[in-house]
Amino acid sequence: MTEAALVPKSAEGGDSALVVLDGVNKWFGDLHVLQNINLTISRGEVAVVIGPSGGGKSTFCRTINRLEPIDQGEIRLDGKPLPAEGKGLARLRADVGMVFQAFNLFAHKTVLQNVTLGPIKVRGKREQDASERAQQLLDRVGVADQAHKYPAQLSGGQQQRVAIARALAMEPKVMLFDEPTSALDPEMIKEVLDVMVDLAKGGMTMVVVTHEMGFARTAANRVLFMADGQIVEEATPNEFFTNPKSDRAKDFLGKILKH
Amino acid sequence: MSTLAEMWPFLRAGFTNTLVLLALSLVLSTILGTVLASMRVSPVLPLRAFGTSYVNIFRNTPLVVMFILIVEGFPPVDIRPNIEAIGLNTFETLAVFALTIYTAAFVCEALRSGVNTVDPGQAEAARAVGMTFTQTLSVIVLPQAFRAVIPPLASVYIALTKNTSVAAAFGVVEATAQLSRMNEQTVAGTGVLFFGIAAGYVVIVWVISGIAAFLERQVATAR
Repeated sequence: MTEAALVPKSAEGGDSALVVLDGVNKWFGDLHVLQNINLTISRGEVAVVIGPSGGGKSTFCRTINRLEPIDQGEIRLDGKPLPAEGKGLARLRADVGMVFQAFNLFAHKTVLQNVTLGPIKVRGKREQDASERAQQLLDRVGVADQAHKYPAQLSGGQQQRVAIARALAMEPKVMLFDEPTSALDPEMIKEVLDVMVDLAKGGMTMVVVTHEMGFARTAANRVLFMADGQIVEEATPNEFFTNPKSDRAKDFLGKILKH
Repeated sequence: MSTLAEMWPFLRAGFTNTLVLLALSLVLSTILGTVLASMRVSPVLPLRAFGTSYVNIFRNTPLVVMFILIVEGFPPVDIRPNIEAIGLNTFETLAVFALTIYTAAFVCEALRSGVNTVDPGQAEAARAVGMTFTQTLSVIVLPQAFRAVIPPLASVYIALTKNTSVAAAFGVVEATAQLSRMNEQTVAGTGVLFFGIAAGYVVIVWVISGIAAFLERQVATAR
């Protein structure tokens, strides 16, 4: 992927802004975890969020589908502000795919059921249609032969790919990845990142919290460097990795790129 | 042995009543307890507050006090005439009421302890997919809580079995009431009587434990 990819790939349909954070603030007790975040993520954009632990990356990611409520400001998805609770919020979440660090596959359901449950229960799809679509998605992420196993019978990498298929089954407008490879063995990281790179190339709008600098370089349109609850720096991957502006980013990159 | 054979009709009549009390209050308290547990884990504050208050009030009230209030009548809310009007046995219905209201608080807490054993990530994933609170609870959380709930719930039902004997003191002729009646009427065989009645309770409790053990094995192999 070249630098030209900074331009959103699929800017069809009027307004290109898909996710907008407007003056977002959040506190955990005295800790100001998100400090006046203003950000626009465009359709088709892949935004990678990196930064030191405890800097608010995960919290930021989780506010976008309101798994974490915010204290101040507004978040709009596709022009609509996030509802506070109830059915409206559930409907909105259906349009936002989420992939967790700990996979969080439904432990008492088979792989196939994990992928079909959302479409059936939330979208009201027929079971057969949902199953056919789920098989296609499982095939796409390379775990089609595991469809009838339970999550605990799969490797971490396989589970995370199922989790991606589960999110894709809802046909989301945007996908959130909260450290998707942090709980994986090194050899399994690649198989998950390959699926994510594939998604990015296919034009999916993605917000990815990660420590995988390789992924940020190859797939991101924009790097958001977060520390101490603020977005300290925003740049293209090339700019950010070769010529970071802030001292905080220089310090961070110095620590992680040494080995 | 002849004494036991002679007493059999009384024993049977008594235990039939015990089983009816048990079955009705077990089913009803499980339903009410599930509703209460859902309230206690719900995101809506007034529902949570109601569930918590219910448990605090009825779990802390002695069962006999509940019976006195409900069976003997609680003047401001005297519900007895209506029950007679629809042709139900007053004492038994009121006993089921008292047992249900009391036991539901314990069922609620057993279920809630089960819900707490389920990884919060499971509910988060369900919400992230777009499920409502009710769907998250009924499709994802409660089925997984079930395995952890079997042992404490079996204890609650066993306690309920023995609690049905409190109804004896309030005009319901169940097993324990038969014991005291026959104890007054017969000269000999008090010991035999006692063991007959005790054996009956043992059988009921044994069946409940057996079902619990069976269910535990079933869910253990289910994943």
